[in-house]
Amino acid sequence: MVASSEMMSVGIGGMEPPPLDLDEVHVLAVDDSLVDRIVIERLLRITSCKVTAVDSGWRALEFLGLDNDKASAEFDKKNNIKKLKVDMIITDYCMPGMTGYELLKKIKVSTFPPIFDSGNNLFESLSESSSFRQVPVVIMSSENVLTRIDRCLEEGAEDFLLKPVKLADVKRLRNCLTGDVKLSNGNKRKLPEDSVTVDTSLPPPPPPSSLTLSTNSSDSSPPLSPVEVFSSPLSSPEEDDDVLTSSPEESPIRRQKMGSPGLD
Amino acid sequence: MDAHVAQLQMQYRNYILSLYQQGFLDDQFTELKSLQDDGTPDFVAEVLSLFFDDCVKLVGNMARALDQTGTVDFSQVGANVHQLKGSSSSVGAKRVKGLCINFKELCEAKNYEGCVRCLQQVDIEYKTLKAKLQDMFNLEKQIVQAGGIVPQVDIN
Repeated sequence: MVASSEMMSVGIGGMEPPPLDLDEVHVLAVDDSLVDRIVIERLLRITSCKVTAVDSGWRALEFLGLDNDKASAEFDKKNNIKKLKVDMIITDYCMPGMTGYELLKKIKVSTFPPIFDSGNNLFESLSESSSFRQVPVVIMSSENVLTRIDRCLEEGAEDFLLKPVKLADVKRLRNCLTGDVKLSNGNKRKLPEDSVTVDTSLPPPPPPSSLTLSTNSSDSSPPLSPVEVFSSPLSSPEEDDDVLTSSPEESPIRRQKMGSPGLD
Repeated sequence: MDAHVAQLQMQYRNYILSLYQQGFLDDQFTELKSLQDDGTPDFVAEVLSLFFDDCVKLVGNMARALDQTGTVDFSQVGANVHQLKGSSSSVGAKRVKGLCINFKELCEAKNYEGCVRCLQQVDIEYKTLKAKLQDMFNLEKQIVQAGGIVPQVDIN
């Protein structure tokens, strides 16, 4: 069940900005059907999620900064801009161009090893796709095809929803997400599973940014460029000692432990 | 005024029930209605409006694809049917969805005559539904204008 302290800060329908952005669950929804985008957005908003809805896998990758746009990657690195905080990705399976399955694979694949500096501090991985590997990806499909479901789960999909998606389905997803999110020290957030990239060359974190994206539009407007939303680095489950030097998904030791299915 | 409101409300209830009984709507429509609240009073209307826009577009695409002198690209027709099936399913447009299921099989069988006929049925069906739902929304408006509340209709 959702902890009351979290619910307090996020209103149904998102009436006012929460005191801490970190409490808000941000979901990226991907569907080529406008009707379905509107519906899934509504379902997610009712369950207190912030939603960004895009109409294709390419837009999703662009939004996540995974579209191999070298220029933007360099810009981000130079300016210590953190990638957007995304807690879950929910995508339709059947889409023209790039299927949800292909999108899932791209998100789950990390092809570059982490890089350490002389102080053994972890630099942001060259491949930004490693940043979102741990974000749960849910697949939606109107077809109940077992081989399709198996394939998605094998590639690391968190869940598979049969369309038409209902509120009960989304509530279930939301409850699973909340179970992984714990608050500590007021402005840090423990995200062992559903984490976001960290720029580890930053100095100690400033107070949380009050910047929010206007992601609550329901049309497929051009994707937003990465914005500094999340100003404190991830903390490891063992507390804050190595917060500035590693993030769960980029530590080689952790990677082995987690054994992400999408690696191969 | 109360009697008038009560009468309108009863009319509304019966109308909604008949739409379900006649198979125009299914439980996904009920689900959509449940997502609407005082803060989002136009949600259902908005979604349905987008759905009908979709219908116009997709039926147009299918008509064009079937209108080829020479080889018809049935996969193209099928792709549009798939999309229409998806959105009709998402809004609870039961009859339209059912037709799409048949339509898909006809595409796979490359049955030209069957596809043309089915497309005509789809065209009629979505337009019929649109008119029915327009009547439903009009009833809602009348109830509100008469000072009443639109009743929640329990479909069982």
